[in-house]
Amino acid sequence: MKFHGVTLHRKLEKNMGLLIFGILFVSAIGGLVQVLPSIFQDSLRKATENSHLYTAVELTGRDVYIKEGCHVCHSQQIRPLLAEVERYGPYSRADEFVYDRPFLWGSKRTGPDLHRVGGKYSDDWHRAHLINPRNVVNNSIMPAYPWLEEWSAEDMGDIQLKMQALQKLGHPYTEEQIAAAPGELEGLSQMDVLIIYLQILGTGLAEEYR
Amino acid sequence: MNLETREVYHDGVVKRLVQFSILWAVVGMLVGVYLAAELLWPGLDFGQYWLSFGRIRPLHTNGIIFGFGVSALMATAFYSVQRTSNVPLFMPRLAWITCYGWQVVVLFGGLSLLAGWTSTKEYAELEWPFDIAITILWVCFAVVFFGTIANRRIKNIYVSNWFYGGLIIVIAMLHIFNNLAIPVTIDKSYSIYAGAQDAIIQWWYGHNAVGFLLTGGFLGMVYYFLPKQANQPIWSYRLSVVSFWAFTYTYIWAGPHHLHYNSIPEWVQSLGMVMSLILLAPSWATMINGIMTVSKAWRKLTVDPALKFIVLALAFYGLATFEGPMMAIRSVNIISHFTDWTIGHVHSGALGWNAMITYGTFYFMVPRMMGKPLHSVRLANIHFWLALTGTILYVIAMWGAGVSQGLLWLSMDDLGELSYSFTDVMASMVPYYALRLIAGLIFLTGTILMAYNLLRTMYGLHTVTVVPPDVIDEIKGTAHNPNAVMGGEVTA
Repeated sequence: MKFHGVTLHRKLEKNMGLLIFGILFVSAIGGLVQVLPSIFQDSLRKATENSHLYTAVELTGRDVYIKEGCHVCHSQQIRPLLAEVERYGPYSRADEFVYDRPFLWGSKRTGPDLHRVGGKYSDDWHRAHLINPRNVVNNSIMPAYPWLEEWSAEDMGDIQLKMQALQKLGHPYTEEQIAAAPGELEGLSQMDVLIIYLQILGTGLAEEYR
Repeated sequence: MNLETREVYHDGVVKRLVQFSILWAVVGMLVGVYLAAELLWPGLDFGQYWLSFGRIRPLHTNGIIFGFGVSALMATAFYSVQRTSNVPLFMPRLAWITCYGWQVVVLFGGLSLLAGWTSTKEYAELEWPFDIAITILWVCFAVVFFGTIANRRIKNIYVSNWFYGGLIIVIAMLHIFNNLAIPVTIDKSYSIYAGAQDAIIQWWYGHNAVGFLLTGGFLGMVYYFLPKQANQPIWSYRLSVVSFWAFTYTYIWAGPHHLHYNSIPEWVQSLGMVMSLILLAPSWATMINGIMTVSKAWRKLTVDPALKFIVLALAFYGLATFEGPMMAIRSVNIISHFTDWTIGHVHSGALGWNAMITYGTFYFMVPRMMGKPLHSVRLANIHFWLALTGTILYVIAMWGAGVSQGLLWLSMDDLGELSYSFTDVMASMVPYYALRLIAGLIFLTGTILMAYNLLRTMYGLHTVTVVPPDVIDEIKGTAHNPNAVMGGEVTA
């Protein structure tokens, strides 16, 4: 029997079940061939010397970054292009992100990329900048975040629950680390933990890749 | 026959969804204009965390896509599926539950974004409690929609319903897999995917939310409302069939063009680029089918605001689906990625295509549902020109901004030094951002005029009673002509 697409379609458009199945089947192929293999690709998920496991404080700082929507205007992804490496530092590698849940590569640079911002500015610079960006960058259009100084890092949700959830997903936290976590957050503001997070960004890259 | 015992179309829920959609359009665009202003005057958040750019930007996108867009999709799907199946909605109560449930999710979801609850994944920012609620409501939507089709009295499932069906099925698949996460607290969860894998899954979702919701779903609108309003059959049934399946197959592959030169495997990027280029064919096939359908009714364009909006939307659809594949080419993407060009591209689609086609369908449905003419055709015409002006200015502003960002960031001098600092480039954006604000204000003004016009038309009235026409199952051409039997008689 000769296969004919439009004839086949005429069958589908008279049978709702077949139509639903057809749509599901046809639309699933792309995902199965293109997306599924990467889920099993070790180089995208296995930790290496470049991977940095966030401490309780850094993890909380990262969650502040997420809550305030920093990723809306700042990418964390340096492309392997000459000008980009010149501007931001060594290009980003997949194994640097294996503990990033969710990924924060971003899609828009209203502000500069932050993947290797760690260590570029002093803590004091970051504090002044976050309180009012116009303090240190003349014509910056970044919002000010004065409230982060007043808000406690301990209000960012139960850190032990967070670490246990990540442990289930394969982050190698020890029981001692989880037990010590609440103590590490004591007395810190959300500004403090955010700056600590910013200062480690991109610093995990091994020397030979720099 | 006694009217009480006859079945009638359920248009009350359509009318309510239209009203909600209009409400979210105004709110969502207002937030957009506010964001545009914040980029010019960063102090506009007045030190209030909930007015901060990072929190209200997702409110803008979610309000527009899920409030304005999905409410409009549900409204038009419910309206057209009854009239192309010649039966009333299946489980009308469930349709009402879907309608109100969805609005509750949009409202509280929006507030949760202001509170800082976010999964960060674009167009899927809402946290896990909302993801579960969305899944349940989506199943309700599917039951009403497919239940109505199952009860149909016309043998062929009409073209528009293939697209609405594709919307429901594929979005369900994407939504579930992209949002898989381990909940920690009510407002926080961690994605089960990490890093590069999370990125690949997110853009498989993100691009196809654009594909099957903002493109496929709205093509369902085109396939019903365009031939109805032009009073012509679809130009080519064969082209509809081919473009539908090609569209459904190809779109899914295109996601990785959002990750060109990012830390994901190169073959995934290249495949994404090639499939994005191929996607131009089914996209334009649909546009050509639509334009040819209206080509015998050009004269109507001069007097009919609904048709004007629908045809202009098709033109912008053609532009955006050409621009998209171009931006998916890796060497073009080097310039466009991370810049305002992306924002411009999105808005040529969102304003020029999604909003315009929705406005066209609203101007079509509301007078018919209320059984009276539009309150003011003149106002609708003014709205048309405001919408067109706003869209064009917006796109020009963002092209200007995006292309200069892309080129200036990459620019290096003879010694291999960067030519411009980041702040230099940022400071040069002021004129573009100002033009964008003006463009947004113009577009918003048009939308407010429409809101007034349609609410005046609806004010104090119930929807008219429409009974399904007696159907002869075997009328030739029903597969591609919604005017053949589909419609329904209006009774007093």
